[in-house]
Amino acid sequence: MSRNPGRPLSPHLTIWKWGPAMAVSILHRATGVGLAIAGGLGFVWWLVAAATSADAYATFLAVATSWFGYLVLIGLTWAFFQHMCSGLRHFVLDTGAGYDLRTNKIGAFATMVVSVLLTLLVWAPILLMARH
Amino acid sequence: MGNGTGIGRVRGLGSAKHGADHWWRQRVTAVGNLLLVTWFVFSLFRLPAHDHASVVKWMGSPLVAVPLILLTISVFWHLRLGLQVFMEDYVHEDGSKVAALLAINFYAIGGAALAIFSILKIAFGGVLA
Repeated sequence: MSRNPGRPLSPHLTIWKWGPAMAVSILHRATGVGLAIAGGLGFVWWLVAAATSADAYATFLAVATSWFGYLVLIGLTWAFFQHMCSGLRHFVLDTGAGYDLRTNKIGAFATMVVSVLLTLLVWAPILLMARH
Repeated sequence: MGNGTGIGRVRGLGSAKHGADHWWRQRVTAVGNLLLVTWFVFSLFRLPAHDHASVVKWMGSPLVAVPLILLTISVFWHLRLGLQVFMEDYVHEDGSKVAALLAINFYAIGGAALAIFSILKIAFGGVLA
């Protein structure tokens, strides 16, 4: 890409002060890519293993219930809820609502709080039961 | 594309006229994902056991197999659109971009095909529980 050095550059990402809206925007992308690759591959592995044999499924289950498996599953659960909340926020923004600074900031912040709460709601009972 | 008149120089360089379609399909599959993945997380959570026999028996029900197939279509379609935007934003060299977009399509269609075939095999009783 060639550019005319005589022309001004548009402001780069690095000069902006980080706010919740920017964080949620890049989180939406990061969680989306994470879900698409790790979630997609895990989902296909789960189904193919189940359709292949009890042994193949046992291998899947052994990996999924190892500490690493739990880490990935908890991560995917959070990524799903973050992407979901952020996606719901996008639906609101699509209608043209929620752009004034205060509402926009609160909305962005809320997606992060709700995604963590929903992840806890799913995993706290599972992890508590596993200990007993 | 000509190089004589002004309109001749710019013809064919505009949008592909598929932007609104892409945007709309992303929203439609997003709503699909919202319903189906929420159902999926909730169902897995409520399943009393996650061993092979329980999962195969669970997936044998039409009310599980059909939503699971719809989920696969909705999710893989959505991720194909999303990954496409991701690559278009960050991969600028034409050759790599085409390779990346090809890989995404193969991944999305291949993954969905494997998943749907597996669900059907289980649902039609092709797997011993």
